[in-house]
Amino acid sequence: MHIELKAPLSEKELMKLKVGDKVFIRGKILVARDLAHQKMVKKAPVDLNGSIIYYASPTPRPPHHIIGSIGPTTATRMDAFTPALIKKGVKVTIGKGKRSPAVVAGSVYLVVPGGVAALLSKSIIATRVLAYPELGSEALQEIEVVDFPAIVGIDMKGRSIFK
Amino acid sequence: MKNIPAKKITDTIKTLCIQANTELTSDVENALEQALRQETSKTGQEILQQILQNAKIAKREKLPLCQDCGLAFIFLEIGQEVKIIGGSLQKAINDGVKQGYKEGYLRKSTTADPLTRENPGTNLPAMIHTEIVPGNKLKITVMTKGGGAENCSTIKMFKPTSTQKEIDNFIVETIKNNGANACPPIIVGVGIGGSFDQAPLLAKKSLLRKVGSQSKWEKELLAKINKLKIGPMGLGGNTTALAVHIKQGPCHISSLPVAVNIECHAHRVKSATI
Repeated sequence: MHIELKAPLSEKELMKLKVGDKVFIRGKILVARDLAHQKMVKKAPVDLNGSIIYYASPTPRPPHHIIGSIGPTTATRMDAFTPALIKKGVKVTIGKGKRSPAVVAGSVYLVVPGGVAALLSKSIIATRVLAYPELGSEALQEIEVVDFPAIVGIDMKGRSIFK
Repeated sequence: MKNIPAKKITDTIKTLCIQANTELTSDVENALEQALRQETSKTGQEILQQILQNAKIAKREKLPLCQDCGLAFIFLEIGQEVKIIGGSLQKAINDGVKQGYKEGYLRKSTTADPLTRENPGTNLPAMIHTEIVPGNKLKITVMTKGGGAENCSTIKMFKPTSTQKEIDNFIVETIKNNGANACPPIIVGVGIGGSFDQAPLLAKKSLLRKVGSQSKWEKELLAKINKLKIGPMGLGGNTTALAVHIKQGPCHISSLPVAVNIECHAHRVKSATI
């Protein structure tokens, strides 16, 4: 079953997602990784309510492209910051690799294949830096996506795709 | 003596950095196609298809295969009859990496300081490994390797009397614990012997070997790893690794170091000989 997700998300929509579901995301999602997380937990520079965070940092944008290649980075490195951001309203995190249901309790973790970054860049139609421009490729960005493919790795009931 | 201008080295490394990041090696592409035919998990098949499709888009549009364009590892086999003229070898290498990462729109992931995390945005310094060999040629191999798989790598100092079974268990356990986060299907590089510093380098150098031919021991290990059913991207399936490569080296009578260096499916290695 293919489900379409559109941010900002409500809890009711998230409850419908089951581990292993294939989803397509449409709308605006935030892009942040290690250093931006470290800053965001202290003071969120934007409203995180209902937001989706994609753990990534793209390659530089070549001419005639909307964005460079942009695949997911390893989610477990963000574990220390995730519960605090869920409290601030984050509803979905997107990354690659294993993580524990306890870390993402109250949210949904979506998995995207790593290393298919050129392919994923084709689902992005707009991009802008929201905060921390000094971090370069690690800045907090907002991207607008159409049919961005992902798989439910951990659902709201804490069921995990990882054995 | 054969004179090689430093600028030629710079230009070659620049080109290799861009090619490595945008063109999946044909041996890995073939291995992925074979894995797709053998994969029984539907999700696993879909991911393998995405990986192959990604390689086509990356090559066609000269986009990096992965957003993590890695540290730039430069392996040089320098013929003893070669003389580098017109500048220092180290600068020539670093200039090539800097230019390649800039002109190829590659992400710069090398920090100047491990603790302050300052990123000068050049992807320098290159990680250089040199070897002096007979002859009058210079072989340059560029390997760009992402941080995710590197973080899943490990080393253990075994006893000289440790058995092959213990070594096998360590290798398989490493993949069992860390494999899902290393962007499987992976290539498992194993370095056996050397010293504490050399074993990981042997493991890394084993990854330079083309995927396709394996020893009996390597095949046995590959079968054990694929039985873990970690599957493409850790979501289940019988394709966890594409290959196991073992490289051995002499070591101390007291030691038996074993290092496992994991390579993700976005295997980026290109060579040229001047």
